[in-house]
Order: sequence, then C-alpha cells, then structure tokens
Amino acid sequence: MTASLLSVRDLTVHFPTDTGVLRAVDGVSFDLASGEILGIVGESGSGKSATGSAILGLIDATGSRVGGSVRFEGRELVGLPNARMREIRGQSISMIFQDPGMALNPVLTIGRQLDLVLRAHKQLPRSAARSACIDALRRVGLSRPEERLVAYPHQLSGGQRQRVAIAAALMHRPKLIIADEPTTALDVSTQAQILAEMRARIAQDGSALIWISHDLAVVSSLSPRIAVMYAGRLVEEGPTAIVLRKPRHPYTRGLLDSLLGEAKPGTELTPIPGTPATAADAGCSFAPRCRRADDACRIAPPLTREGAVSYRCHHPLASAAA
Amino acid sequence: MSEVLAEIRAVSRHFEAPPALTDWLLRMAGRAKPKRRLQAVSDVSLQIARGEALGLVGESGCGKSTLGRMIAGILAPSQGEVFVEGKPVLAPSGRKLTTRVQMVFQDPFTSLNPRLRVGEQIGEGPLAHGLVARADLPTYISRWLGAVGLRPEHASRYPHQFSGGQRQRVAIARALAMQPAVLVCDEPVASLDVSVQAQIINLLLSLKRDLGLTMLFISHDLGVVRHLCDRIAVMYLGRIVEIGDAEAVCTSPRHPYTRALLGCRPRLNLDGAPQSTPPIVGELPSAFDPPAGCPFSSRCANVGSLCRDQAPSLRLNEPRRQVACYYPV
Repeated sequence: MTASLLSVRDLTVHFPTDTGVLRAVDGVSFDLASGEILGIVGESGSGKSATGSAILGLIDATGSRVGGSVRFEGRELVGLPNARMREIRGQSISMIFQDPGMALNPVLTIGRQLDLVLRAHKQLPRSAARSACIDALRRVGLSRPEERLVAYPHQLSGGQRQRVAIAAALMHRPKLIIADEPTTALDVSTQAQILAEMRARIAQDGSALIWISHDLAVVSSLSPRIAVMYAGRLVEEGPTAIVLRKPRHPYTRGLLDSLLGEAKPGTELTPIPGTPATAADAGCSFAPRCRRADDACRIAPPLTREGAVSYRCHHPLASAAA
Repeated sequence: MSEVLAEIRAVSRHFEAPPALTDWLLRMAGRAKPKRRLQAVSDVSLQIARGEALGLVGESGCGKSTLGRMIAGILAPSQGEVFVEGKPVLAPSGRKLTTRVQMVFQDPFTSLNPRLRVGEQIGEGPLAHGLVARADLPTYISRWLGAVGLRPEHASRYPHQFSGGQRQRVAIARALAMQPAVLVCDEPVASLDVSVQAQIINLLLSLKRDLGLTMLFISHDLGVVRHLCDRIAVMYLGRIVEIGDAEAVCTSPRHPYTRALLGCRPRLNLDGAPQSTPPIVGELPSAFDPPAGCPFSSRCANVGSLCRDQAPSLRLNEPRRQVACYYPV
C-alpha cells in the first residue's frame, strides 16, 4: 500500500466510571488509503463509535483519555489543539451521525445551515453560495432543493434530514468521511437509496470512507474491507470476501450464524450465548461467550497476521487455505 | 382455515393534528379551516387462526403499530371492531373487556416498571384477574420465568439488573403469564443486538411450537417476519396491500410494493464486490396528504391510469393470496 491517508496506531479511549476505568477502545490500529472504504462492524459497546469519534477529536467527556496515535496525511491528530482540529473537521474530515436530528440546528433553516458550513471554510459571494447549497442538496437525491432551503429541520422526514446532514458533510469534498450508523434509524427503502447515493458520491469525489454499523449485511454491500470490533478491540480485519466466507475469529463466525440471511424459515438460529461485553478486560473479552475458550484466553491474544487478514484469537477457526 | 381466534372487521383509525396557533385564531374569528386529519389505518379486515403467527410488515408510518394497538385493545378504532374468541375486545365505552390478548413492546427499557421487582410485574396481572391464587404466586412466577429461559431467583431483581435481551424475556413472560389467546408483539427484536436478536427469535419460535401460541408479529424487517410467521400482511399508508403465506409472499411477491421492499433489504454480500440494490424511487408520501387512488401510485413503476383514480381493494389473486393492485406482478 502506498502512503496511507489515515494511520491509526494503538488507539485507546478510556472513560472514568464509579467502578474504575472503562476501556472503551483498546489498542485499535488500521490504515486507510485515499478513496478506500473500510466498514467497522460491532454490537453496542464494541467501541466502534468511540473509535470514529476519537479520530475526529470528539471525545470530550470529563476525565476521558485518548491515547495512541492518529495520523492524517502525516499529521498527528491526537492532542491537537481544538482550534487546529476545527480546521480539519468539515474541510478534510467529515462525520455523519446516526441521528440527523442532533446534527442539525432546529432553529435555523436548511439553507442557513448549509451556508454556514460552506462559508466556514471558504469565502464565497452570496449567490454562488446559494447555488452551491442547491447543488449539494440535489447531489444527495433530495427533491425540490430550492424549496428545502427555506424549510426547518422539523418540516422534513427522518430520511430527508439525513440527506441534508450528508449534503453538509460532503460539501467540501472531504478526503475522509466517517459515517456512524447513518442509515440505522431509516426505513429500508430510504436506506437503499442513501447507500446507492453514497456509493456513487464516494466513487465520484474519491473520498475515503469509514462506515460504522452493527449491520453486517449493509457493510458487506458497501465495503470491500471489513473490521470487526468486540469490547473495544479490533478482533478481525481483512477483505470482506475472505473475512465473511472464512472467518478466523469465533465472534465473527457467531455474528454470521446469528443472521437470518440463509437460515431456513422456522428453524432455530445459532445465537452467541450471553450478552455483549462493553469494555476490554485483561484477557480475551469474548472468552466468556466462546465455545473454544480455555486457560490460554486469560491473556489477551496478540494480533496475528495471515496474508490480508489479521485477527486476535488464541484458537482461531480453520483458515481459507486449510 | 382452522378456527378463527382473532377477527378484525373493517377497522379504521384516524388522528387529528393538534391545531396550530393560527388555526385557533382563525376559528375564534369564525373562519375555521378543516382540521388536519391523518388516516393511520383504513378499512383493514384480518383473521388470525388458532396457533398461527401472522406477520405485519411495513415501513415507519404505515399504521402497523396503530393496528397492533387496536387489536390489543389499548387503542379504540374510529370505525370497525376487533373480536377475540368471538367476543369484542372493547366495550362501546372504550373499556377493555378481555385479558385474552396481550402485548410485547419494542423497547424493554421503557416497557418495564423500573421500580418494581420483575417477579411482581409478572405476578401483578394474573393475581388481579384471578388467574392464580396468592399462595401459588411464587411457583407461578417461577414457571413463566422458566418458560422464557430465566431462573426463579431472577424474580427478586429489578429491571436495571438485566441486559436488553433479558428484559425482553421478562416482558414476554409478563405478557404470557396472563395466558393470552393472542400475543401481539410490536418490533420485539428491533432494539436488540444481532447476537441477542437470534436468542429472542429462537425463544419465540419455541414458545410458538410448545405452547401453540397465536401471534401477531409486527416488524419492519421482512427477514425476521419470514423466519417466524406462517402468513404475512404487508401494509402501506394505512392499507394492507398484500397478504398470503409467508414463503409465497417472499419468494413471489405480487404487489409492486412488496417486491420493492424485498429488493431493498440489505443482503449479506460474500463476494466483496459492492452491489447495488434497486431502490424504491421517491419518498414516502405524507399520511396527512396521501395520493389519490392507490396509495403506492406515486412511487410505483407499473402505475396505470386506473391507479390514480380509485384505490384497488384486496382481491383474491390466487388461493390463499390477496393483493390490492390492478396490475399485480
């Protein structure tokens, strides 16, 4: 791989709690090249959202600590002063959130909000800004963009609001987009539309994309590369086709078996027993739910690389080659 | 069909938007505008047979939850009536007449009382309705906890001591302890993690098999419904557009909306090559202002002139399949 756009090394996010430090993200490392798409999959508490937020410097809870390194175009982002970080946000890296209601200001019109985004990073005459806003809305598939400019967020449906949020995020053709469950709250028909539009836009603008989701099916349809997170750690990562066909980590296998996809209707599914852990512990966090676990799993497994795939497991499942 | 356990006869429900300040002022000036009316459910008739699981599928705002609440007797229809075991669920006064239909809600974090031990929540209803004697209550609670895969000692815990999946089990136990003839489940797995979803789906499958449970299962996810249900009804803007055997509806949909909905479902893609799913064009029309004629006409690829004039009614298209479409696929 050539020089990567984003290089994350040993990223950690720690939150203080009454019962001690919660390790929400623990030693996450990955690289992303320009124009590349990475899907991060995990259940609630897996640290996938905290990872996305940490890259953009959005972890600001009292007492929280972000460690490790996030290099974007060679520049270290961890510990960067807020004023410098603001220049990068929106201009070079954009984020799309699950709830577009929270990303939009309820008391400003759509036009005013897009205008603010546009002119925060670029000097433009009023008329040019207006046509740029209309263009941005049209490019995310919103009907009648001229009318939408004078509408307030509450006058739009959830899907329309998410389109506005995406339009704002893509306005400056950012080099990197971090999308955190952007279609989870939407209906499947709207989700299919937005996925198709995102695919087209990414190909057009050449942006890199990190798509965070709990939905293996959505990620597999969008991203050629997938990273699976569990309890703050990246447990398996590699090309989607290989990871989903022949997962090495028992958790990835368990997730696949929990899906309805190929199961015969009316037959029992094979769920993972127990409930998801929400923070990394000293050993393998998946061990309490894992059929293959033994004494060795009390020590956190190191990262094993095999070809394009890497995983963290003492007792991996048979490889594709075997 | 075997014995009909629940019958929904021509049920409709509308809501009126609260008047805006300007409307209120106009009314004071004697120039009232008509109230904005939202038709949530229009003229729906359904039958659920004993031991059957009927799936109700549709996108947000299609009226599926409103219909479910009317069947469960917690919302009165504007027109029409719901019968369970031949008796009306609601009195004309709106009072609920039967305990034979119970409901499980989507969010187990809000549907349980946070300040009541789960044992008390499960036992409260059966005790009040004389389904169990006070002396037998602990055994009764243990039995239902066991039926949903929890242990007797869980009875003394509070909801916050459980995970999301376990809370949904408690909510199911609470509904089952009332010994309902029909269980209405409104998106019971939608808010759960994937690995936990599978646990609850398995639980519902085994309850259906072992207790012969009759269920109305409401979901936005055709996959979940197909897995659990014998028949599927598809709703769009307050109307049922297609109803039939689950497998048949999913493998050979007749209504263009059912087909589009199936096409939109993200599928696991093992080839790693990005696929493009054929999306439904356009946006869901507002239920305040539905299109004239067929509700789906504004987004349908096969739309004809007839479709914009009058809404098609549900017609028997083939044995055990009804479709509301002039030009079925």
